[in-house]
Amino acid sequence: MELDAGRFYVLRGENGAGKSTLMRIIAGLSQPTQGEVRIFGMKNREALDRLGYMAHAPLVYDELSGMENLRFFAQLYGIASDAPLDEAMRRVGLDPKLTRRVGQYSQGMRQRLSVARAIFHSPSLVLLDEPFSNVDPESANQIAQLLADMRSFGTTILLITHQLGLLANIADEFLFLSAGQLVSRSPVPQVQA
Amino acid sequence: MSSSILKLTAANVAKDLRLEWRSRDVLNSMLFFAVLVVVIFSFAFDPTAEESRRMAGGLFWVAFLFSTVVALNQSWARELRNGVLDAYRVSPSAPESLFFGKCLGNFIFVAVLECIMVPLFVLFYNLSSVGPLWQLAVVLFLGTWALVINGTFFAAMSIRTRNRELMLPLLLLPISIPAVLTMVGATTGVLTGESSPVPQIKFLAVYCVVFTTVCFLLFETVLNAE
Repeated sequence: MELDAGRFYVLRGENGAGKSTLMRIIAGLSQPTQGEVRIFGMKNREALDRLGYMAHAPLVYDELSGMENLRFFAQLYGIASDAPLDEAMRRVGLDPKLTRRVGQYSQGMRQRLSVARAIFHSPSLVLLDEPFSNVDPESANQIAQLLADMRSFGTTILLITHQLGLLANIADEFLFLSAGQLVSRSPVPQVQA
Repeated sequence: MSSSILKLTAANVAKDLRLEWRSRDVLNSMLFFAVLVVVIFSFAFDPTAEESRRMAGGLFWVAFLFSTVVALNQSWARELRNGVLDAYRVSPSAPESLFFGKCLGNFIFVAVLECIMVPLFVLFYNLSSVGPLWQLAVVLFLGTWALVINGTFFAAMSIRTRNRELMLPLLLLPISIPAVLTMVGATTGVLTGESSPVPQIKFLAVYCVVFTTVCFLLFETVLNAE
């Protein structure tokens, strides 16, 4: 399977088809039984600074605030400034000045923080596993708009979702997965305004 | 070690201390366990000052060994909650910084416990050292590092197993036996003043260097094992 840079792909398939596993393999968290993953021509472990990954779990510490979480993860990417973190928080609709700990966030807020954690370092490839689940419609639209902006700046996006209505006119291609195999690809139908 | 690894190690230590300050998961469970051991043994035995000096080394390190196991399980469990460890694994940061950050964090937790427990030991067992106290401080430092370095490594290894609370002592205790016997011997030597702890201190130093190196080299494999 080969994906073109700068395009927006939606991974579809039944439960258990292997969508999340494929994401984990691309992110280097699981090993493929055969074959290898290359991202922008590099082995996936060598391209981690260009990768943003959001999983089912929020991947943040409950005991820290949203900004404290982002500040910690920013250090792992060598980012010392708060500016990109503030921007990521605002773009997902969270207040960077919120001092409440993540453990006290609602499910939707945790989900939005999780998206912010995946994108604060402006990755070239973003993998998002169900970013719209537990999110209110307004916030879901905000995240969809954020993804559309990222795509227009050349970011490659691979996303799993069952809320396809949010992605009309944003996503480029559907990838259908069944029993761990890519069975078909088709362009996303565009909706006329 | 490059400056970026040192910076990331410091970031990990700061994060662990902040998480512990807010949750107090590790220190509370360690302290409870250690106090229980001290109090129960002080009720079970009624030693003279001389007997206390002979048995305190063993008692002291048994209490810290088991308390450390409790702490190590807790410290990695918080990385599994919400899948945070995966966020670390998909970042470009060096795995060694996570490992050394965890080791230093755990060392600080156990050291804090020791600072609280040593006066309690002195009080409950009417202890006074015949040998020089600085030697005891060296034994404490090296002994704690020996427990923490192996414990942090094996806790990372057992983190994804279903019975990780059981798995950690099963892995850690056999490999810690030489260090524990040496720590007990050295502590008893200092307290009674009957033998010099210097050979044991040298052995502990070598043990720490060897296991720190081995754990450092193998940690990335352990971290990425599925």
